[in-house]
Amino acid sequence: MDTIRTNPDLSKLKVTIAVTGLKTGDNPQPGVAVIRSIRAAGFSGKIIGLVYDSMESGIYLEDLVDAVYQMPYPSAGAEAFLARMEYITAKTRIDVIIPTLDAEVILHIRLKDELKAMGINSYLPTEECFLLRDKTKLATYFPPKGIAVPETTLISEASQIIASKDQFPMMIKGRYYEAFKANNIEEGLKYFYDIESRWGLPIILQKLVPGDEYNIVIVGDGEGGILGMVPQKKLVITDKGKGFGGVVVNNPELFDFATKVIALLKWRGPCELEVMRGYDGQYYLIEINPRFPAWVRLAEGSGQNQPAAVVLKALGEELSPLPACKSGTLFIRHAEDIIADISVMGEISAKSELIRR
Amino acid sequence: MDSSKLQNLAMNDNGFIFDPNTGYSYTSNETGLYILKLMSMGKTKAEIRAEIMAEYDVSEDNFDSDYEHYLLMLEALSLVEY
Repeated sequence: MDTIRTNPDLSKLKVTIAVTGLKTGDNPQPGVAVIRSIRAAGFSGKIIGLVYDSMESGIYLEDLVDAVYQMPYPSAGAEAFLARMEYITAKTRIDVIIPTLDAEVILHIRLKDELKAMGINSYLPTEECFLLRDKTKLATYFPPKGIAVPETTLISEASQIIASKDQFPMMIKGRYYEAFKANNIEEGLKYFYDIESRWGLPIILQKLVPGDEYNIVIVGDGEGGILGMVPQKKLVITDKGKGFGGVVVNNPELFDFATKVIALLKWRGPCELEVMRGYDGQYYLIEINPRFPAWVRLAEGSGQNQPAAVVLKALGEELSPLPACKSGTLFIRHAEDIIADISVMGEISAKSELIRR
Repeated sequence: MDSSKLQNLAMNDNGFIFDPNTGYSYTSNETGLYILKLMSMGKTKAEIRAEIMAEYDVSEDNFDSDYEHYLLMLEALSLVEY
């Protein structure tokens, strides 16, 4: 007999959850969407927002979080991070933390034991697994295992752009963030220097695969299985390449491809796969982002509350795979002004914390 | 001709068609939608012709010509394969 799959019910959960990345806007972070999904699962407990900047827009939403604490940037290192977490946990208990920004995930993985000692649980991959999805490793790790990745070269000198003159158009990517399509050497050099100045070396040159791009939000169980998977095709793309609208698809080949990637990695926790279906019919792995994407509410909206599942898994609860998602479910991102008193900004700027409730 | 992909299309009566496999959506007029629905039911060209000619005032030659043109468009959209 088939088991009826249900979404997690967090209505009776008495814990405190911390979530990072509350900025929305033209380059939105996933935190606000993650919190909305957790609330949609019935959670009425305390939610703490962890921010890096007093202008993160989610701070100013009155009903979003109960308290906000400003964090040192990940580049400040483990000591500063742990000192801040000790300060925060002295004031408020944190049972679960969901980091949503690429740069901070590795810190949470490496400091898992220290965080655990403070009572803070997370649901994240191992460090080895995390490093395998690094953009610089994809092209060497996956193709021998039957997962196609566009031809990729790591470069550290601008002259290598010129040497690649026959390869244009191609994608030029930073190791951590940003990717641009360069149509010729001039654009290639411009993007090389732009990315180098912001994110350093190496720069990644990737062969452009003509085709359709799909994004898949997944929660892996850490043993090669999947608790939830929702694929979407972007329908609205901003000039920065951000998806501001998309629709859930139901494509068995895409499911199989993503399932194989997660099985190979034994990924634990949330991630987003970027996949191209080339016009040649082949699927290519473009990137693996080690956290929920900003569009994760589409998972909840299509029948799979993945953030709620991650909360329970972080707490060590057994969980069956989530219900199937409903294809044809659409999201459109809607920007709206928040009105707040300047004192809110004053409080977070001056005290690096804001206690709402 | 393989028209199995048409069976997965979600079509509403306003002519909006969504392909859940690819995420693409299309619009069609009433006649095009009617033909698509017949094709997705696995009807042959002769059966579709008979139904269309019973419903609309169209000659066999005109139907054949328009039908071929329509099929070429569906093929270009990878919805049918010859």
